Amino acid sequence: MESGIDLQGSAIQLLVDLGVPTPIAKVLWLPLPMALMLVVATVGVLIAVWLERKIAAAVQQRYGPEYAGPLGVLQPIADGLKLLFKEDIIPNLADPWLFTIGPAIVVIPVFLSYLIVPFGQNLVVTDLGIGAFLWISLSSITPIGLLMSGYASNNKYALIGGLRAAAQSISYEIPLALSVLAVIMMSNSLSTIDIVNQQANHGILGWNIWRQPVGFIIFWISALAETERLPFDLPEAEEELVAGYQTEYTGMKFALFYLGSYVNLVLSALLFSVFYLGGWSFPVPVDTLANWLGVSPALPWVQVLTASIGITMVLVKTYLLVFIAILLRWTTPRVRIDQLLNLGWKFLLPVALANLLITAALKLAFPVAFGG
Amino acid sequence: MFVLSGYEYFLGFFLICSLVPVLALTASKVVRPKTPGVESYTTYESGMEPIGGAWIQFNIRYYMFALVFVVFDVETVFLYPWAVAFHKLGLLAFIEALVFIAILTIALVYAWRKGALEWS
Repeated sequence: MESGIDLQGSAIQLLVDLGVPTPIAKVLWLPLPMALMLVVATVGVLIAVWLERKIAAAVQQRYGPEYAGPLGVLQPIADGLKLLFKEDIIPNLADPWLFTIGPAIVVIPVFLSYLIVPFGQNLVVTDLGIGAFLWISLSSITPIGLLMSGYASNNKYALIGGLRAAAQSISYEIPLALSVLAVIMMSNSLSTIDIVNQQANHGILGWNIWRQPVGFIIFWISALAETERLPFDLPEAEEELVAGYQTEYTGMKFALFYLGSYVNLVLSALLFSVFYLGGWSFPVPVDTLANWLGVSPALPWVQVLTASIGITMVLVKTYLLVFIAILLRWTTPRVRIDQLLNLGWKFLLPVALANLLITAALKLAFPVAFGG
Repeated sequence: MFVLSGYEYFLGFFLICSLVPVLALTASKVVRPKTPGVESYTTYESGMEPIGGAWIQFNIRYYMFALVFVVFDVETVFLYPWAVAFHKLGLLAFIEALVFIAILTIALVYAWRKGALEWS
């Protein structure tokens, strides 16, 4: 594979040229991509919140936010600032420590998962060997935080909401992990970079969505359940549980839950586009396009252009999925808890296991089409 | 210095991510108002006086699901290395995984028949 642009190498080289010793240059570079990724995650959430409000308004035939900035784009920032200035209430009967730590445990793993989200060949914080598995393991920490805050509130709605959140997360984690497993089997690697590269050879026809028609549906349903989006938002079903585990939360701690759930939504969409929609790859292979236009893909400006198109492709695919998730939220009714658990255990789990075995069998039968 | 190379990024990112809630709560502490009142610190129960606490013993129906979850979560973890190395292992590994999954499918069928996956 072509290497693409190497930001890390260039930046360290620049610092070394300025007279900084190489180890110090490396340490200086270390926090930059991480801070950038946090900013990307936060801006991504602001856009998702604005989209949610605008699309909800469109579905319900009203205008939605329109006073804060053009088309109301500053509304999410206004919401955040409002929550910053709110009084922080810890109920007298609650456990103050668990009550405060709960939201932090929910939000940290979700942000941490951005470590493995690639925006291009070298545009990733670090290409860890266990990539996808890191995300699966981090996503199972979140329900501990939800359970903790539900229990610490000492409120009946919050406790039931926290328990539901835990039951829902563990029920859908297994189909999710098994559907990712089928993708991993085709790429022979857990690294998100390798997963995209394996899909990049034949343009849109090489994307995993064609080879995993069942897997991507399982992944999407499970991801919606893991992020507690509407067909599956039982932990905070407002008609039955007020706001579930968030009932006693105000101000910034509530904002952390809110942030966490939207970061999780954008993260799931990002990883969906990486696992099934070819990540940063263009529907037509870039090499073919470059040959057709008669330019060499190795030219510096072509590489910069390729990287920019790659980032745009990731964002277009991601926000298309976010759009679908929002439309689903405003058009589908909520399922009951027994229907939710039946769907997870009696339908998705057997189907995901069968999907994995069929992928393995097809890989044995047609090694070329299924990643060797 | 690091036993696992590449994971210094994980450690660094973990520290930076941990700053998010700390900074958010600290910033809020500086600017938010404090209006102590007895009523706002009572537990919310739809506007009524709360009847008893929530830290009581009650029937957690998710208990059996949690047990079945442990079985299948461990199964998934075992399948991960198999899937990554599958292209080198070939037919024999496929049959072995088939046997492994078949045993767990029997377990799932047993749990299903015993009513562990029933809500009521």
